[in-house]
Amino acid sequence: MKVKGRSKKVGNRLSFRLVKDNISRKIMIVCTSIIFLLFISFVVLLVLKSNLVISKYSIKELLFSSFWEPENHKYGFFSATFGTFIVTVFSMIMAIPISILAAVYIAEYSPNKLRRYLSSFIDVLAGIPSVVFGLCMLLGFVPIFSVLLKKWFQIETTGMCLFTASITLTVMVFPIIVSLTVESLRALPVELREISLSLGSTKWQMIKKTLFKAAGPGIISAILLGFGRALGETMAVAMVIGSKNNIPTSLFASGQTLPSLIISSFGEMMSVPEEQSALIFVALTLFVLVTVSNIIAKVVNNKLKKRWRY
Amino acid sequence: MRYLEEKIVKILMICSILAVLGSLLFILFITISRGWISINENPGIIFTTPGPRYLLGGEGGFFHAIAGSLYMVVPSTIISLILACLIALFLQSEYSSKRISEIIRLFIDILWGTPSIIYGLFVLTILISFHRRGCLLAGIVALIFLELPIITRYVDESISSTPKELKEIAYSMGLTRVEVSKIILKYSSSGIIAGSLIGLGRAFGDAASIIFTTGAASTMPKGLLSSCTALPVVIFQQANSFYPSVRDHAYAAAFILIIIILILSITSRLLQKKFSKYTVGD
Repeated sequence: MKVKGRSKKVGNRLSFRLVKDNISRKIMIVCTSIIFLLFISFVVLLVLKSNLVISKYSIKELLFSSFWEPENHKYGFFSATFGTFIVTVFSMIMAIPISILAAVYIAEYSPNKLRRYLSSFIDVLAGIPSVVFGLCMLLGFVPIFSVLLKKWFQIETTGMCLFTASITLTVMVFPIIVSLTVESLRALPVELREISLSLGSTKWQMIKKTLFKAAGPGIISAILLGFGRALGETMAVAMVIGSKNNIPTSLFASGQTLPSLIISSFGEMMSVPEEQSALIFVALTLFVLVTVSNIIAKVVNNKLKKRWRY
Repeated sequence: MRYLEEKIVKILMICSILAVLGSLLFILFITISRGWISINENPGIIFTTPGPRYLLGGEGGFFHAIAGSLYMVVPSTIISLILACLIALFLQSEYSSKRISEIIRLFIDILWGTPSIIYGLFVLTILISFHRRGCLLAGIVALIFLELPIITRYVDESISSTPKELKEIAYSMGLTRVEVSKIILKYSSSGIIAGSLIGLGRAFGDAASIIFTTGAASTMPKGLLSSCTALPVVIFQQANSFYPSVRDHAYAAAFILIIIILILSITSRLLQKKFSKYTVGD
């Protein structure tokens, strides 16, 4: 009798624990489904809200005409797409070689102590908000830059131009690319370096032919992370690009990117439903662009991981 | 020939590291020196709320923004930390199959890469369909969406790096999955804290998602449904002002923001050291 009672008690305790286990599992499933719900509701809501403008004007007209004149009911934002493309590509062209070389220096050439300081310094800098970059560029760089341009090249600008925006983005993605590249270079085994050096290669040859391949996927995902940040950056770009809705004639002309278009038209947005819907279509375009480039990045990364495995 | 190449590359490397450090130091130097000057001139701007014509050169400070930032960032980080822990635990092999975890991780990566302006617009469209103006609650929600993928990914990484033996021993003692999960969470607490502080820093510095959702007010936040503003939004508004005095305030606000970020990253390092006592070995 006594034994039976105790076993019943133990059984109760176990079943209570199992019930707890079950409940917690269900809570976890609910939480995880938030991720899916978030993604799906993003797409659904953005499509629904931009439906108004899509049904009125053709998608082709919206995407490929460059007349953003809400007062005349024209909502072509090709200039913004073009500006996004130019600014992002230009900033990546500047950022990639410089930050990879800097990362190689930190990871391979610098003495141990210096490396620790440099990499933790750059890690801290990766957390600086983009608004601060925008502010410093706007108030510290733009006035000097416009004077210099006028003096040296006789170009009249306000200094708020595509070039300034790309420089801002370049400086912004430096810490991201550098710190991730250093991490993936340091994660490689020492043997790899030793073998390559013992075959008689110089240090740079070793880095170029061996380490870049072994750390390739890591470096590429670092670059793509920086690219994603540059593509979606809003505030810093909106502050320095000048916000003009025409196709820029030169690098030193004011332009527009997709996020800065949304921000700068934000004021009127609440009042006119049509413009609101057009801006949401701009956001949808941005979302599709970013998502597609993310997925491509993932696929490329997986392929490279298989190919460059050491 | 190859020695020449070596030399050239080394010079290029030194140039590029100087470029990286120089540009970042330029940013830091400008913000800190100018911010320090403008705070020293008038330390009151940190602690006063703005007057009615603040952005037009009127008197006042930006304390409302600091308070608004804190009110938004702290709750959203706590909520998204809890959600992130639950999601990351679900991604373990006990709860879901490998394929499902892969798919969820892909979605988390996509959401991580989504620009914050889209989160802001998303919450704004929800607000519009409820016929409401921006409020504190909407800002919190937008920040939760922003932080959730970031924190989840860090938590997931640190949970997956717990040794298999720990789990096996725990299960062999007859523990259920929740109980093992608690042990794992404790084991990886230093990584979790680092991740949540990174998320916190991102939320503090993000303006694009807040500017749409809280409705840039110039008053102290009064309740969950009243509008308020955040530090980065105020910096954005101040920087675009025509009045030099207001632009100086932007430097002061940026100075405060940078100090907060620096404090966060230093605390994260210290906490990581403190919590690494739960990590066996190493």
